[in-house]
Parts: sequence; structure tokens; C-alpha cells
Amino acid sequence: MEPLLKSTHVVEMFGGLKAVSDFNIYINPGELIGLIGPNGAGKTTAFNLFTGVYQPTSGTIEFDGQNIAGLKPYEITQRGIARTFQNIRLFSELSVLDNVKIAFHSHVKYSVAEAVFRVGRYFDEEALVTAESHRLLSIFKLDDKAEETAKNLPYGAQRRLEIARALAAKPKLLLLDEPAAGMNPQETHELMEMIRWIRDQFSLTILLIEHDMSLVMGICERIYVLEYGEIIAHGTPEQIQNNPEVIRAYLGGEA
Amino acid sequence: MNSVQKNDLRLLVFGVVLFAVIGGAMEGGFIGSFWKLNIILIGINVILSASLNLINGYTGQFSLGHAGFMAVGAYVGVILTTNFHLPLIAGMVGGGLAAAVLGFLIGLPTLRLNGDYLAIATLGLGEIIRIVIMNIQYVGGAAGFSGIPHLTTFPWVFATMLLTLFAIKNFVNSSHGRACIAIRENEIAAAAMGINTTKYKVLAFTIGAAFAGVAGALFAHCFYIISPGSFTFMQSFNYLIMVVLGGLGSLTGSIAGAFVVTALSAALADWPEFRMIIYALALILLMFYRPQGLFGYVELTKLAPFSRLRGLKGGREE
Ligand SMILES: Nc1ncnc2c1ncn2[C@@H]1O[C@H](COP(=O)(O)OP(=O)(O)OP(=O)(O)O)[C@@H](O)[C@H]1O
Ligand SMILES: [Mg+2]
Repeated sequence: MEPLLKSTHVVEMFGGLKAVSDFNIYINPGELIGLIGPNGAGKTTAFNLFTGVYQPTSGTIEFDGQNIAGLKPYEITQRGIARTFQNIRLFSELSVLDNVKIAFHSHVKYSVAEAVFRVGRYFDEEALVTAESHRLLSIFKLDDKAEETAKNLPYGAQRRLEIARALAAKPKLLLLDEPAAGMNPQETHELMEMIRWIRDQFSLTILLIEHDMSLVMGICERIYVLEYGEIIAHGTPEQIQNNPEVIRAYLGGEA
Repeated sequence: MNSVQKNDLRLLVFGVVLFAVIGGAMEGGFIGSFWKLNIILIGINVILSASLNLINGYTGQFSLGHAGFMAVGAYVGVILTTNFHLPLIAGMVGGGLAAAVLGFLIGLPTLRLNGDYLAIATLGLGEIIRIVIMNIQYVGGAAGFSGIPHLTTFPWVFATMLLTLFAIKNFVNSSHGRACIAIRENEIAAAAMGINTTKYKVLAFTIGAAFAGVAGALFAHCFYIISPGSFTFMQSFNYLIMVVLGGLGSLTGSIAGAFVVTALSAALADWPEFRMIIYALALILLMFYRPQGLFGYVELTKLAPFSRLRGLKGGREE
């Protein structure tokens, strides 16, 4: 099977700092993969490389059989990668519903003229976008908050809204950057179920960064471990838990 | 007919009634020529502040060059009507198109800049436009272009104003307008949601410039002579005050801002120094008590007594 995402020898330098070096990973269609590592290991940088926020200093990133290194973020999203942000980036002054509607953007086909004169596909497509947005919101138990201003949502709900919004872009690959950060154990548990469920419902492939080990070990099929920008281990949750390199990286000192 | 269309119809009826009342008062001789001109100017300024609001309020790009686009529309308009004897509508369309083309050409490189840098660049470009016009002898240079036929009438202005307001309202309530609002809210997130941020910034800038051009053509045909002096950066600043006073991201605000500022400067025409003091005081009070402007990010049509529609943020309406 062809991997959906494959990075080969990707390097990212920030001045003299090698944030990511010789980064090789592959993700097969339908997989649920974890990316873990200590603070500052380069996990978010890897996401920024995959989504075009940063350009790799060298190396290639293949998505769906095409090299996407060098494309702009919106082009990559249109090709089928959507993401959430570690430091939540909602459209905080807008309503919860509008946050999701915005993300349907590249699937709306009516032209500016059709919008201005309110003819043609305008009404049908707007109705569809609104209906689909409500459907996504109800999946994430946010539908009763649809008219609420996004910034007024509790933290956990904001994280769920970010996932709902990313799904509105209809991605093949979903990148989640610490989706459980700031959630209590109960919320984290519900989130785990939800991630599994949307993977099946939306036939998604998911790559997630997470510090909560119960979540990572609980749902990921394979895990990559990053330290100082390098992948130090890769395998199933059991293999990772017993890997001396990983134990050393997390606990410090000699294994 | 769905609720959106019903609401559009309601607004249209309101517009027609307002037109009949003001137009009737003008025809009936209840309004003197000084206020007739100022009512026409209010209509033109609504077009200018609403179109500037599309750029500054909805898309969040700080433009200070609106008078420049207005000047282009004014001069192209008067060339078409005065030198080529075409009707006003041709002058308006020609002026709007010329301003749109220039807006596109200027927007493409400058919209890479952010915040203050964009403000400075657009301010400079607005001034450059004015100085270039000043040096073209064909349009009369610094002395101005004279012999303009007095073609602008209240019905023309009112109809164009309504058309502009509907066009901008419909635009911001579409996926294209949401893209612009998303850029204002968080540019990185907007791009991550598949929005071509450069394209939409340039689009908003171009549409804004086009309407400024149309307004410029209407403005020019109110007078016998226009000169580059009518389009200085102080003029751009005036439109900015209308937008900020009325409220960013609100068309109701643009109407209110244009009305208040234009009526105020007309009422204080004989005491121009008072005008600046009142502006300054108004802006200071605004900063303290209502930093978002009179109608920041809300529309009157969404407030409870006006409709049963749900209130959405971002100056939207359905
Ligand atoms: N734009 C940037 N410019 C300079 N250095 C950067 C930049 N972005 C990240 N870095 C550095 O790169 C390294 C990796 O950062 P990154 O954010 O990818 O870590 P992370 O693994 O996501 O950590 P955390 O778990 O704390 O989120 C850090 O040393 C960070 O300071
Ligand atoms: Mg991170």
C-alpha cells in the first residue's frame, strides 16, 4: 500500500538550531499515528512543515503521491490536510457556527457574482453549508452553543470546536496538535472515543501530538518518538513503552 | 421566498420609502440648496465609508488611500462625460473600473504588508495618485478640471448607494465574505482552513477601490470644477473617521458614520476650527466608552425590534 503521507530526510533549521533533522515518517491510509516527545523536541515544527507554515530546509514531503514541500498552507489544505493548533487559533470573535462555516470555504462553488446578486447556486450551497456545519457541531456536542461567541466557550469545548472546524475542510489527513491539553480526565476519555469514531466515520487518517500517555497508548496504532528533532524510536504502543531509549528520553539520565 | 429574501425585500422597501420621503421633501421645496447638496454628499460618503469598511472593517487591512481611488474615478468619469459627451452612467462605470484596476495593481504588492506598514504604503500611494493627476495637463493639472456637466442627482446617488450597500452586504454574507472576515480574525487559521489569503485581501481591496471610483464619479458631477486638492489624504482620513466612528465591520455603522460626519461638517461649515475640535472630542469619547464604534460588528437589522433573525457576529445578518 502507498503511504498517504511520507517525509524523507526532512530538515528544518532555525538559524543555527536544527529543530527537525533527518525526519522520516510514513503514514498509511486509515492509520491513527502518535507523535510524542519531550517539550521542544520539534513536534509542532513537524506539523508546520506538513502544512506549509514552514518550508523544509531540505528533504521531501509526499502527500497522496505528490510532493507538497513548497506549497502554501491553503494549497495543502485544499489537497486534503487539515489541522488543529496547540495554542488554539479559533476565529474567537465570531460565532461557533461561523467558525465551522468558514472552513467549508474551498468546497463552496458559487462565484462572487452569484453571491452579490444572490442567484444561481448561492442559496442551495449556503443552506448545505449551514446544515453540514450544524451536523459537525452536534457530533462534537456543540450544537446548542452554535450562536455563542467562540472565545466564550470553555477550554475543552474550544479544542473540540477546532477539530470540528478542521473536519469542515474535508481532509484526508487530520493533524491534531495536543488535542487533550487542558482537558480533565473525563473530557480526555470522551475525546479518545470521539477521535476513534471520527476516524471511522470520515474515513480519516490521523496523526496526533499528545503528552497524555493514556490517550496516546490507548488509541494510536503506531507511535513515533522525537527528541531534539530526531526520531529516536518508532513502533507499536507496547514496543514504545518498553523501549530503553524512550524511557531514557522521558525520565532523563541513563537507561 | 425564504427568510433571507424576505429580509432583503424589507430592507429594499425601507430604502424606497426613505427615498420617497427625502426626494419628496427636496422636490417640494422644503430643503434649501445647501442641504440638498449635503444630502447628496451624505449618500456619496455612505458609498465611500461602506467600501472602505469592506477593506478596513471586514477584511482587517488598514488602508488609508481611499481618496486616491475616488480621485481616479472622478477624473476618468469627468473625461468620459465632458470630453466624450457620454452619459453619467458611463462615467460611473468607467471611473469604477479604472479605480478597480488601479486597486488591483496597488493591492497585489502592498497587501503583503501588515498593519502600520500597509497604512503608510496606501497613504503614500493615495498621495502619489493625486500628485500624478496634478501633473497631467490634459485634466487641467493643479488648476483642476472645469466645465463638468452637473449630472449628479439625488435619485442617481440614492440608487447607487442602495446598490453598493446591497452588494457589500451580500458579499460579506457569503463564503467569499466569510473568507475576508476570517483573515481579519486570524490570518494563520484562515490559511489553514484553505483560504487563499492574498487573493481575498486583493479582492476586498479591489472591490473597495471600485466603489470608491464610482463614488468619485458621482462626486465630481456635483460640481462645475474639481481639482486634485479635493482628494488629499485628509479626505481619506475623513472616510476613516466615518468608518471608525460608525463601527468597523458594520454597514449600519458606515451609514451612521457618513451621516454624522457629513452633517456635522455641513452644520459647522462657517466654523471649520470647531469641526476639528468636535472630531477630536468625539474620537476621544469613543475611545473611552465605545472603542468598537457606534455599531462595531453589529447591524441594526439584527437587533430585536427590527427582526426575529438571529444575531451573528461579524456584521452579518442572516
Ligand atoms: N519559528 C521558530 N523560530 C525559531 N525557533 C523555533 C521556531 N519554532 C520552533 N522553534 C524551536 O524549535 C524547537 C522545536 O519546537 P516545537 O514547537 O516544534 O517543539 P514541540 O515538540 O512542539 O514542543 P512542545 O511539546 O513544547 O509543544 C524549539 O527549540 C523551539 O524553540
Ligand atoms: Mg508543540
